[in-house]
Amino acid sequence: MIPAAFAYARPTTVDEALQAIAAGGEDVKIMAGGQSLIPVMRLRLAAPETVVDLTKVAELRGVREDGDSLVIGAMTTHSDILRDPLIAQYGKLIAEATETVADPAVRHRGTFGGALAHADPAGDLPAVALALDAEFVIAGPGGARRSVPAAAFFVDYLTTALEDGELLVEIRVPKLGEGWGVRYEKFNRVAQAWSIVAVAATVRREGSTIAEARIGLTNMGSTPLRATAVEQALVGADVSLETVTAAAAQAAEGTEPSSDLNAQADYRQHLARVLTGRAVRAAAGL
Amino acid sequence: MTQINVRVDGASYSDDVEPRTLLVHYLREQLGKVGTVVGCDTSNCGACTVHLDGESVKSCTVLAVQADGSEVTTIEGIADGKTLHPMQKAFHEQHGLQCGYCTPGMIMASIDLLKNNPNPSEHEIREGIEGNLCRCTGYVNIVRAVQQAAGEMSSTAGAQA
Ligand SMILES: Cc1cc2nc3c(=O)[nH]c(=O)nc-3n(C[C@H](O)[C@H](O)[C@H](O)COP(=O)(O)OP(=O)(O)OC[C@H]3O[C@@H](n4cnc5c(N)ncnc54)[C@H](O)[C@@H]3O)c2cc1C
Ligand code: FES
Ligand code: FES
Repeated sequence: MIPAAFAYARPTTVDEALQAIAAGGEDVKIMAGGQSLIPVMRLRLAAPETVVDLTKVAELRGVREDGDSLVIGAMTTHSDILRDPLIAQYGKLIAEATETVADPAVRHRGTFGGALAHADPAGDLPAVALALDAEFVIAGPGGARRSVPAAAFFVDYLTTALEDGELLVEIRVPKLGEGWGVRYEKFNRVAQAWSIVAVAATVRREGSTIAEARIGLTNMGSTPLRATAVEQALVGADVSLETVTAAAAQAAEGTEPSSDLNAQADYRQHLARVLTGRAVRAAAGL
Repeated sequence: MTQINVRVDGASYSDDVEPRTLLVHYLREQLGKVGTVVGCDTSNCGACTVHLDGESVKSCTVLAVQADGSEVTTIEGIADGKTLHPMQKAFHEQHGLQCGYCTPGMIMASIDLLKNNPNPSEHEIREGIEGNLCRCTGYVNIVRAVQQAAGEMSSTAGAQA
């Protein structure tokens, strides 16, 4: 099918985009890579009055450094991420997860910001952003900016802290260089499929002790989640198979995953424990 | 209607399109380039794959207006006159198709893969074309075709260098 008719705006700056959103009427949709939005519009599950296409807003695309942070423009495509030298150096967790997203053609169009704003709990990047304590920089009507931490950004199923009239501009994540080990463990059954469950782990070792651990869970509820109990069990623990296995056993604590044709909830909880064990072992260099 | 200026398979076009027109429908219905096909409604199958400014995209998941100012290459634009592109020739010689419906997209995705990775392993070929589904062949001969084309294309590239 083809989408229902809509008015189309193609701004070239963030200010123009905000104006187009403000002027677009009741039901405005921002289009990033269109890799989730166009399919939804083709199925007529969405029929916006106006589409504001960000493809030509050059200032939203690219990765830069700012002190201890990496700043990723919302329109940076998945394939830009996989080619970016700063990501290769300081953003390996993002790269590992991005590599598992969809297929090469979808990665040529789909964007980092679009995947986060879409907030699909089965999407691979939300759990990564949560595990990294990312900061979401949002522009509102008139150009005012605000910053929202990842823990407050993912509100519910396909729902974020973005309000009508707002635009996600960039995402700030801490640089993880020397000393940090990372691993994104994704479980799915067939090519280009979404995660049934996935785990994003990043661990900093000091000698034979785990100094810091951050773990994000994909598709274990209506939003991405942190495996807080596992993180607490790991910090200060010896790097050993026993401690990691014992900690990973708590990965499903407090989760309420859904049951669907791919997996029942209890199987998802089982996967979360197994994948957390694998991801933490790899991240800790075991 | 919105005016777009686009180059497709080496020719320039200036056309009015509705913003909701998908690139694949513009190519097929307005330009008559029916070599590019539609195989699904969910952006999964890859049958519609073309190159937009040199990168593979699913043309059912791009708006025609988004191709304004760009260069599009379809399956109809890769042969050199009557001489098949090495990837087309390899699909033909290795029997990389049965019904042939997935083939235009497979070939466009495979050319994109070799551009980024001229000598892929079997595993890398399977990953590289994971966005393209074939209901007939079981992929074995498709992988062989990509291997043959990789060999031929890198030896010609070597000879030119
Ligand atoms: C076949 C297929 C397989 C896929 N498999 C996976 C997978 O395995 N894992 C995975 O994580 N994803 C997968 N995806 C989704 C892919 O990652 C998309 O790129 C992503 O979900 C959306 O990114 P986009 O840039 O295309 O956003 P769009 O589709 O353009 O937008 C998505 C939503 O976000 C909103 N939005 C976008 N940008 C902004 C912004 N800057 N400010 C405010 N709102 C914004 C839009 O209004 C829309 O509601 C798949 C997609 C396809 C087609
Ligand atoms: S027609 Fe199936 S992906 Fe485009
Ligand atoms: S040859 Fe029939 S779908 Fe691939």
